[in-house]
Amino acid sequence: MPKRLPPQYADMQAQIEEHARTAGLDMFECHYEMLDYDEINMVASYMGFPVRYPHWKWGMEYERMSKSYEYGLHKIYEMVINNDPCYAYLLESNAMTDQKLVMCHVSGHNDFFKNNFCFQHTNRKMIDEMANHATRIRRYIDWYGVEVVESFVDKCLSIDNLIDIEAPYIMRKRKEGAEAPMQPSDKKRELGLLPNTKEYMERYINPDEFVAAQKKKFDDEQKKQKKFPPEPERDVMQFLMEHAPLERWQVDVMDMLRGEAYYFAPQGMTKIMNEGWASYWHSRLMTEKVMDSSEVIDFADKNAGVMSTSRTQLNPYALGLALYRDIEDRWNRGRFGKEWHECDDMAERRRWDKATGIGREKIFQVRQIYSDVTFIDEFFTIDFCREHGFFAYEYDRKKKSFVIDSREFQAVKQKILQSLTNFGQPVIKVTDGNFENRAELLLEHNHEGVDLDGTYTHDTLRNIQAIWTRPVHLLTAIEQRKVLLTFDGRSFSEKTIS
Amino acid sequence: MSLRIQNDHARFKDIVRGKIKSNLKQYIKKGELIGKQGKDKITIPVPRIDLPHFRFGDKSQGGVGQGEGQPGDSVDGEEGEGSGAGKAGQEGGEHGLEVDITLDELADMLGEELELPRIEPKGTDLVTQRIKYTGVNTVGPESLKHFKRTYKQALRRQIAIGSYDPKNPIIVPVREDRRYRTWRIEQKPQANAVIVYMMDVSGSMGEEQKEIVRIESFWLDAWLRRNYDGVASRYIIHDAVAKEVDKETFFHTRESGGTMISSAYRLCADIIDNDYPVDSWNIYPFHFSDGDNWSIDDTRTCIGLLRERILPTANQFSYGQVESPYGSGQFIKDLSENLGKHEKVVLSEIKDKESIYGSIKDFLGSGR
Repeated sequence: MPKRLPPQYADMQAQIEEHARTAGLDMFECHYEMLDYDEINMVASYMGFPVRYPHWKWGMEYERMSKSYEYGLHKIYEMVINNDPCYAYLLESNAMTDQKLVMCHVSGHNDFFKNNFCFQHTNRKMIDEMANHATRIRRYIDWYGVEVVESFVDKCLSIDNLIDIEAPYIMRKRKEGAEAPMQPSDKKRELGLLPNTKEYMERYINPDEFVAAQKKKFDDEQKKQKKFPPEPERDVMQFLMEHAPLERWQVDVMDMLRGEAYYFAPQGMTKIMNEGWASYWHSRLMTEKVMDSSEVIDFADKNAGVMSTSRTQLNPYALGLALYRDIEDRWNRGRFGKEWHECDDMAERRRWDKATGIGREKIFQVRQIYSDVTFIDEFFTIDFCREHGFFAYEYDRKKKSFVIDSREFQAVKQKILQSLTNFGQPVIKVTDGNFENRAELLLEHNHEGVDLDGTYTHDTLRNIQAIWTRPVHLLTAIEQRKVLLTFDGRSFSEKTIS
Repeated sequence: MSLRIQNDHARFKDIVRGKIKSNLKQYIKKGELIGKQGKDKITIPVPRIDLPHFRFGDKSQGGVGQGEGQPGDSVDGEEGEGSGAGKAGQEGGEHGLEVDITLDELADMLGEELELPRIEPKGTDLVTQRIKYTGVNTVGPESLKHFKRTYKQALRRQIAIGSYDPKNPIIVPVREDRRYRTWRIEQKPQANAVIVYMMDVSGSMGEEQKEIVRIESFWLDAWLRRNYDGVASRYIIHDAVAKEVDKETFFHTRESGGTMISSAYRLCADIIDNDYPVDSWNIYPFHFSDGDNWSIDDTRTCIGLLRERILPTANQFSYGQVESPYGSGQFIKDLSENLGKHEKVVLSEIKDKESIYGSIKDFLGSGR
């Protein structure tokens, strides 16, 4: 299927990458493939990969993409996957200017994949991995039948957002059994009492109240240890994999889908940064090096399309790009640090230019050590917010439509951060795998002001129950009431908890 | 070339069939689609099956946008991002996109869902002639001159002989440059159909009953149009006397008074006799009533008319009895007693909007 990249494109690629490297980008080797629109729709439906496991949802995406392409609603320009070597696709029917633009843009992504910390733990041979997943799931389909496997895949996909997205970057818990003591434990030390060799000093050094308090603490700790899981578990998929009564092939399927979810998670965590970075570089490379004068209008037209902002949605391309430019400008002029923040003389602020000139350096650092949440938190400043006319909107029940709620900086920032935290999805943890001592599963939703969607919640609980097989509970809140939702395999019930 | 994704695509479509179809059922019930048709096209959403996820409720969340406006101003109504260039869709649109389909496609979906047989038309000896432009020639009438091709030819000639000056691009066609459209007359066997809708508009037929008739005739119409090249519709309303009306009146008149069904049948038979020779037309009389006829005598006349005048000419005679709180509903029983075994007679009782679906199947299921 893949056609060889025509020689003029290969030359172009070499040239563009040369410019990019000179400008400081550090990229994986990149393979471009030329596809026609049908093929690019397919690959896009597979989320960039040439081979995925058989599932109807790819077909659904494909249907949607082909339809919207045919009716002229949407066109894919660029697609790139995080892999070493990096793979990117060009749409055959695109004009030369578009292809240049895409290559510049892809160079940005490529550098970002390679250098941003979020991607450090991703599998860089994911193309192979995906193909292996496809083979394995195909084999299970041959063995167990398409209905059985597909409906299990459906259930797993239904919970593939219940993973611990921060897990790759931190040590959640100590390895189990690593420090199991051999000696009988020293009671005194265990309770955390102070050392004392003089018997008569004991009631002064470790008074009774202190001993009682320590004892209580110790007992609580012990109780916690018996809890299952000991700490609330965010990786619900893993918990189910380890503890639900699943067949071996089912565990394998779930493991694969969980792996894929972890692979894609960093892309969700850096959408703004990644697109912003790529946009920054495509406009830089295009305007400074790559483009010739006959292409300016076409480029400007395409670029404007990509950068258009909307009243209902944040455009990650535009927001990211604007932020990088703002950062570069601020660090070029020394508009950072204590002095800058404490200066409240507007005239002076406007004139402020320390000619520090470290803007470029700064944005390279930013692209390495930030993710969307920290990026926005740190660099989405009040000046930036005003300058770009952001507002927060809410649903107005009376008007039955969404209306502008506020232009307050804090409110806007809060909203953006909220939509980025955990990809704007609810945080749900397993808190008890032996609820009521009846092997029932208790999930808990960290309610932070926004209720869950009713129907979806029910259907998802139904899917989890099908995996867990015993009744499943979800602790959440509905319109300010604390509620325990239960699905026991046949019916739902709802109990208000005070 | 076949793509790997075809299997997934086919699988999705199979799943959706179930979904589209059940959607379609809903539409039939609500009659929604009828309102949406404009210029033979109907907008239906492209199906999307969502796998359930834990997610936030839509409305309570709000969001952030960019642009003009004061607090309190609406943010909707200005959606879309022009020719939004997007990265491969990871999070497909929240709102499924809507795609226009033609009435024909819709009829096909209906046919597929209801497992309706294709109608085998009679009277295929009738032929229509159609003019089709098939190509370009160097001679022809001036009225069919193809300007673009003519000037292209002239440009080509001028460049070839070197008389074209890009700085002063004047192109003058000469006789040899002229190009004309040519045509061919295509002969096509044609199958024509006429649908005669008859409706009882006596006092007992209320708004709801009419709505049922309206929805049902929309679908009957769609299906028959799909099966025939030319479909003519005639509309008859009747209480104690029958008259022919236009479509608009047919669906919106409310009369009162008694019911003499025979009057409608007589008019229907007359129309057929006068305008639609049996050997070249497929004839579909549909009659909707609440089944409350004036007298036994009149019913007898009706049966006589059907047997002698309508049934010999029609492909199928369909009677749909809409349940109404007033009517006795006797007529369908009488018909069934006397003509129930007749192969061209289809009777169907329509209790409410839900049963329209079954009734369409009754009427069109025989494939005549």
